[in-house]
Amino acid sequence: MPVDAALVGKTFPPTRPYAVSAEKIREFASATGATYDGGPAPATFPIVLAFDAMNAFLAAEEIDLFRIVHGEQKFVYERPVVPGDLLTATLTVRSLRQIGGNDIIGTASEVRDGDGALVCSTTATLVHRAAA
Amino acid sequence: MSALSAGDTLAPQEYAVTRADLVRYAGASGDFNPIHWSDRVATSVGLPGVIAHGMFTMALAARAVASWTDGAEVLELGCKFTNPVVVPDDDTGVVVRVAGTVKSVEDGRAAIALEVTCCGAKVLGMPKAVVRA
Repeated sequence: MPVDAALVGKTFPPTRPYAVSAEKIREFASATGATYDGGPAPATFPIVLAFDAMNAFLAAEEIDLFRIVHGEQKFVYERPVVPGDLLTATLTVRSLRQIGGNDIIGTASEVRDGDGALVCSTTATLVHRAAA
Repeated sequence: MSALSAGDTLAPQEYAVTRADLVRYAGASGDFNPIHWSDRVATSVGLPGVIAHGMFTMALAARAVASWTDGAEVLELGCKFTNPVVVPDDDTGVVVRVAGTVKSVEDGRAAIALEVTCCGAKVLGMPKAVVRA
């Protein structure tokens, strides 16, 4: 079933606040074979927030995660993520088009800290593969 | 960080990726999409088999950037996911290779063009990082 075109422009509620700890950063870093000795998180760490926001969007729209393949991801950082940050992500659907029976969903998410300051802006293209 | 100059070729980094790595990454990132651990589900949606999370591959690219720049602050990072990294169900996995070239250094920003390949094929499209120089 194609994704509803009326979604374009829709902003979903912010994700539940996520408390960034050194342990969570270390877990993420070591999962990619890197080491972590304190300081800022690896550059792709904000995906944890963006993915949480995407999951909420997919659940709200009843889209199966297993039909989603990641097409594109870009991050623009205002500052690094550090332990002690309390982060939320807010996702907006930016664009939607159909190619070959697949939905190409453009999203943008803002990751903000506990003071509401922007930490990272990220855009993602999600390819929703049609059921065979 | 070590000084970067436009035109510098950065030493390619190689990282092995196994199914166990994907399981760990799923747990750490919260991305439990079964296309990253189930051959049955992956092939049911037309994929050649279990594939690495695109963000796992991008994290390896970020790891290479961190090693080249001694952990310089990353200002921008982005790519397209053009070809899947198919991870076999064995103990060896596959190797992802990350190469980089410094494109420009100006206004305190160094732009690095990346080339990320697996089995000789480019897996990321236009991968690029900008770090504070």
